[in-house]
Amino acid sequence: MTTATQRAGDTGSPYAFSHLDALESEAVHIFREVAGEFERPVILFSGGKDSIVMLHLALKAFSPAPVPFGLLHVDTGHNFPEVIAYRDRTVEQHGLRLHVASVQDYIDDGRLRERPDGTRNPLQTVPLLDAINEGRYDAVFGGGRRDEEKARAKERVFSLRDEFGAWDPRRQRPELWQLYNGRHAPGEHVRVFPLSNWTELDVWQYIAREGVELPEIYYAHERDVFSRSGMWLTAGEWGGPKDDEPVQRRLIRYRTVGDMSCTGAVDSDAATIEQVIAEIAASRLTERGATRADDKLSEAAMEDRKREGYF
Amino acid sequence: MTETLTDTLDVSATSLLRFATAGSVDDGKSTLVGRLLHDSKSVLADQLEAVEAASLRRGQDAPDLALLTDGLRAEREQGITIDVAYRYFATPRRRFILADTPGHVQYTRNMVTGASTAELAVVLVDARNGVVEQTRRHAAVAALLRVPHVVLAVNKMDLVEYAEPVFAAIAEEFTAYAASLGVPEITAIPISALAGDNVVTPSAHMDWYGGPTILEHLETVPVGTDPAHDPARFPVQYVIRPQTAEHHDYRGYAGRIASGVLRVGDPVTVLPSGATSTIAAIDALGERVDAAWAPQSVTVLLADDVDLSRGDLIAPTAAAPVPTQDVEATVCHLHERPLRVGERVLLKHGTRTVKAIVKRLPYRINLTEGLAHEDEPERLDVNDIGAVVLRTAEPLPLDAYADSRLTGSFVLIDPADGSTLTAGMTGEPFAAPATKAEQAAADDEGWDF
Ligand SMILES: Nc1nc2c(ncn2[C@@H]2O[C@H](COP(=O)(O)OP(=O)(O)OP(=O)(O)O)[C@@H](O)[C@H]2O)c(=O)[nH]1
Ligand SMILES: [Mg+2]
Repeated sequence: MTTATQRAGDTGSPYAFSHLDALESEAVHIFREVAGEFERPVILFSGGKDSIVMLHLALKAFSPAPVPFGLLHVDTGHNFPEVIAYRDRTVEQHGLRLHVASVQDYIDDGRLRERPDGTRNPLQTVPLLDAINEGRYDAVFGGGRRDEEKARAKERVFSLRDEFGAWDPRRQRPELWQLYNGRHAPGEHVRVFPLSNWTELDVWQYIAREGVELPEIYYAHERDVFSRSGMWLTAGEWGGPKDDEPVQRRLIRYRTVGDMSCTGAVDSDAATIEQVIAEIAASRLTERGATRADDKLSEAAMEDRKREGYF
Repeated sequence: MTETLTDTLDVSATSLLRFATAGSVDDGKSTLVGRLLHDSKSVLADQLEAVEAASLRRGQDAPDLALLTDGLRAEREQGITIDVAYRYFATPRRRFILADTPGHVQYTRNMVTGASTAELAVVLVDARNGVVEQTRRHAAVAALLRVPHVVLAVNKMDLVEYAEPVFAAIAEEFTAYAASLGVPEITAIPISALAGDNVVTPSAHMDWYGGPTILEHLETVPVGTDPAHDPARFPVQYVIRPQTAEHHDYRGYAGRIASGVLRVGDPVTVLPSGATSTIAAIDALGERVDAAWAPQSVTVLLADDVDLSRGDLIAPTAAAPVPTQDVEATVCHLHERPLRVGERVLLKHGTRTVKAIVKRLPYRINLTEGLAHEDEPERLDVNDIGAVVLRTAEPLPLDAYADSRLTGSFVLIDPADGSTLTAGMTGEPFAAPATKAEQAAADDEGWDF
């Protein structure tokens, strides 16, 4: 049997297909399935590299027509200004619709309370679910990757959420071949993860291959930072540093981009995409391990947040 | 992985292999996966620290590598795998997407999920217990799903003093069983997932074995099929009509090529309508190309204005499948609610979903007793494998699953609550058993010692 098969993908075949080609094709297929089967899809867009790659793939999937979905951003109120600027530029450039759900509004009118540690990541869930309800979104694209975290590693590409936005890992639908089942009852929705099978390195290699522009904070720059729970957090109005947290200027970059209160910078002099790829390939720490304070809380922190409707 | 850095950066040349683990509960699947990741230096420092800390909390003195994939709270509490975990690693030669599946019979549907996209399955057997019921079940599922390559890993060799006869007996029994399922070749490898023998590095305890380690085999097994050998199949997902001044007349059919090669100028038929046209142009995600092949996502433009929408299939006129409303298939039932004759379901095939009725349940396969058939069972229960005859409301251009995994497969969906009920594969369950001569040849290939 094997004598008749060729090695498509291995060098030498006229029908070569690299692993990046395979990942791109799979993600495009997922976007088109959703466009074909759902009424009101939306892309969660944070201005982070994963959501930027998602948007890039969506643009390719429907070219030369415009992307048939809008964007939804849950703005924690503590986002990096460079990232918000990037978001607005991108929306403008591609003529997209942007729906912003603001955590700050919820805090200001008392619907949410600031946590003692100042971390706003867990506060995103309620505004996210409200926005999904208000927008009557039935499919919500997320940039989550299975290589990020061990609970994410278990999630399907089409992940059904109940009326409360909750994920039940014990009741996931079987998902075979390329047959995604997006059926859901009114009030339920489906989270869709086109980058499920991508690794951090794949994302960067794809960004390099496609020449995708990113917010500048992904590349090495000097910044005033202070140390909290073993992470370099950016100094600023959002709440840091406290009196006993000295500020220093360091050459850093961000490996992930999220809320300023819990996204750590890494020491880095990688100023170009090639240098970033080399740095990641050699890194001994995972992306979240190096940069996220919120996952260090407990063994199942991510699973618990996902059960409650988090991304 | 600094030593492989330059190779990792050369992205154009690396191929992708998707593989899945299989085998009975506690035979060591997750441990093997952990060992593969660990010894190929794909586990990063913070992940290993987390596993060490979690193992310590559970009172284990050595890090339990299974915790690298058993990520759910319930899994860690019970020490078993419940749902598939996907893990990713790379060597200079290849990228791997690994599905670690549960061994427990109750979670067979999750194993089916993991194996459906796999090009290779590693079936583990505990050397002390040999081939057990669940080994047979998983081997049968792998054969049913036509996973192209099957590896038998006889695990826990450390607990049988690395004895060659133990390995040889299990390999012989399993290979014979696999042959009866129509699996043409088995590569059998004696390992200890716990100690690391023959996983990434050759064992120092089994010099009687001269074959490849698990990783060597994964790196060198041929992947992919040659698209030139298969007829083209293009399920249309979405119609792209920009309706802008610049692209006023653009009407493109977006989809992912399920098999074969599409070329500009090819005469094609649209199914099920039967309309014909020729391929006028192919857009490969923004780039005009003359030809495209599986599994590319592309947009096809036709020379004529034909009635075509999501759910239709474009196929070469010379090799188009014949649409039918009578579907005979082998199924694996995946839901607690049984499947019965007379039941109304939705059938999703490619990009089309149609209504269907279960007309007959010709037989159920008893996987534990020599694949005996139980004729006309009253129902199929969860994890049952059997034959189904369906009548669909509209004709479907189905291929035999043996010819095409993507256009020969479907799922049944509950119209009331949307649950995925059943996985279906058109045609007979297993390939014809290999002949004695073929089997002997396969034996020679597989047993490199
Ligand atoms: N001595 C020995 N023990 C092993 C070996 N491989 C696995 N084990 C042990 O066997 C037990 C079960 O291992 P797992 O890897 O969790 O088994 P599994 O096949 O993934 O189980 P399920 O996913 O629940 O079906 C654990 O206690 C392992 O440490 C081996 O090679 N030698
Ligand atoms: Mg396991």
